[in-house]
Amino acid sequence: MDLNFSTEETAFRDEVRSWLRANLPQDLREKVEDYGHLSKDDLLRWHRILAKQGWVAPAWPKEWGGTGWNVVQRYIFDEELGYAGAPMIVPFGVTMCAAVLLRFGTEAQKKRFLPRIYNGDDFWCQGYSEPGSGSDLASLKTKAVRQGDHYLVNGQKIWTTLAHYADWIFCLVRTDPNVERRQEGISFLLMDMKTPGITVRPLMLMDGGHEVNEVFFDDVKVPVENLVHDEGKGWTVAKYLLGYERMNTGRIGESRRQLARLKQYASHMMSDARWRDRLSRVEVELTALEITNLRFLDRMRRTAQPPGADVSMLKIKGTEIQQGLTELMLDATDPAAADPLSEAVRKRYLSMRKTTIYAGSNEIQRNIIAKMTLGL
Amino acid sequence: MNFDYNEEQQLLADSVRRYLAKSYDFEARKKIVAGKGWSAEAWAQFAEMGLMGLPVSAEHGGFGGGAVDLMGVMEAFGEALVVEPYLPLVLATRLLKHSELLSGVVEGKTKLALAHNEKGARFSLDAVKTRASERGAGWVLEGEKAAVVGAPAADHLVVSARNDNGIALFLVDIGKVSLQAYRTMDEHRAADVMLRGAEAKRIEGGRKELEEAIDFGTALVCAEAVGAMKFACETTLEYLKTRKQFGVPIGAFQALQHRMVEMFISLEQARSMACLACSVVDGGASAAAIARAISAAKIKIADAARHVSQEAVQLHGGMGMTEELKVSHAFRRLTVLAREFGDADHHLARFAAL
Repeated sequence: MDLNFSTEETAFRDEVRSWLRANLPQDLREKVEDYGHLSKDDLLRWHRILAKQGWVAPAWPKEWGGTGWNVVQRYIFDEELGYAGAPMIVPFGVTMCAAVLLRFGTEAQKKRFLPRIYNGDDFWCQGYSEPGSGSDLASLKTKAVRQGDHYLVNGQKIWTTLAHYADWIFCLVRTDPNVERRQEGISFLLMDMKTPGITVRPLMLMDGGHEVNEVFFDDVKVPVENLVHDEGKGWTVAKYLLGYERMNTGRIGESRRQLARLKQYASHMMSDARWRDRLSRVEVELTALEITNLRFLDRMRRTAQPPGADVSMLKIKGTEIQQGLTELMLDATDPAAADPLSEAVRKRYLSMRKTTIYAGSNEIQRNIIAKMTLGL
Repeated sequence: MNFDYNEEQQLLADSVRRYLAKSYDFEARKKIVAGKGWSAEAWAQFAEMGLMGLPVSAEHGGFGGGAVDLMGVMEAFGEALVVEPYLPLVLATRLLKHSELLSGVVEGKTKLALAHNEKGARFSLDAVKTRASERGAGWVLEGEKAAVVGAPAADHLVVSARNDNGIALFLVDIGKVSLQAYRTMDEHRAADVMLRGAEAKRIEGGRKELEEAIDFGTALVCAEAVGAMKFACETTLEYLKTRKQFGVPIGAFQALQHRMVEMFISLEQARSMACLACSVVDGGASAAAIARAISAAKIKIADAARHVSQEAVQLHGGMGMTEELKVSHAFRRLTVLAREFGDADHHLARFAAL
């Protein structure tokens, strides 16, 4: 048993770390560290810096621009980005849509979309949730009717993150309302956001930020070549995607950075044993989560198997820790202070409540573990 | 990075587990508890498997093993709720680095325990009032040690006492002390130890070595607690799948499913910290880094032990309260392990001070 990274892994981490020190623009890092708003240009600038280095899509096959790193190296890379205060790599294109195209797309679809995703030419968003279909995603109603060489799409998506930046959206739509198993009537469609009939309406959240949207589809014509996998196989695609990138939901690196920041910012609170003990408990949970995450990686590497359903605990614990750190930061802030950092901390506290709701609420994650891991 | 046991560690853990499954089931344990509180046969088997020699250095006929070598054993002991005073032996052995007694320990003939705790100490290492004075070529001890686990079975005690230079360590023959023995809430045997001018032999080491031994013991407590939590989780999951109410297994109810998932997560988080604790005491980290990691681990273990044990009883309903089910015994053991060598509050204070 050895909890330390190997010499090679440590060298890799140091390489990533020193590259980040030299190449992560200071203004972007400061925005992230001060909980500032990242514009589309900010996100794309960072995306293109990584693309130029060849590191924007490590998980892709090498022929499409992947790095050939193993799971441990990919984990180290992700956590170093979080630790350094890099803007997030928007996952909808690079991580999600690309994973689907690589697994289910035709050669033509791969050639058409992957290079543009890699270079940051197309900004993607994800059309899954609907007003009546949140946790119960398979009940979705947005309808796509085949008419010759195109589908006619009508319906509505909600919680569509960064749809107002997006050039493209990938959507789950209902192509057959008459099947017995409702999952079988769902298909996976790619749509150009400029197509007539698509309307984006902002949903302002309680922190005052514009991050999510409603997206409306009124007689939107989508060419059939934008269907991924077979008609009616959308649920297979969605399930594949769900299991694909659950390994970096712990956000250990980012939480380590927040913890260090908190200790520095709240040094005046350390004499308060009640506050300090709360901080220590979050730190202990984070250490435990980091080791738990490494145990999952070690298992994946040894068995060469994809992660099991039990990795859902990384999302549950990771988000609880993120919220815990944010709440401690809020409590260390003078309630009367109106300086920019105090304001930003308050906004962040409001905003971070989303983490236990999004990407499959933590209750859904518990359902998954109960059913798949515990057999309940 | 590697979370596997090596082949030797795995073989040892497997053979201990096999023996316990065959000869140390809940019924067998009940008989031991109702008797003198430890089984000579089990002890001899443990010695046969090499457990007594594990913490002893090679020069005294042992294997010079570390915490990771013991981890699988402790986990198996935790699952089976073994009551034999093995942990007290390991601690005393760590402190008794050189002694003619050690060959008897390896053979399973000699039992040792560590008598350090005193009334009102609240886990403080320095709360030692027992006095040591030189007399002739040896020493005599005056004082009282409280709740010394394993003392009723021990042949010799390693005792902490204060002389003019601080805390020192002594070896005392059990015949030189008087014991008030009793059964603890988790069915182990402990004693209050009266040292009234007890003749003692000074052994190497003082406060620093004592702290090291207790940190080592804390790592083993973490491993044992993981075993007991594993049992508590598995038996509760089984109960949820078999107990029927309203015409369905109660595990069909989401209110219980989510609580079971939380128990499972606590177990995995605790296991991660036990890995950290056992690795760190074996490795070359600084004393402060070891102390910090051990306290972090014990905070998590204490919280998880409390959570898992309380939920295990709750999800068993009334049956969880009874003597009849092993789960209530696991509850008691976990309640003690959560506090062994310091509860969460103690380790929170230590963690923050480092």
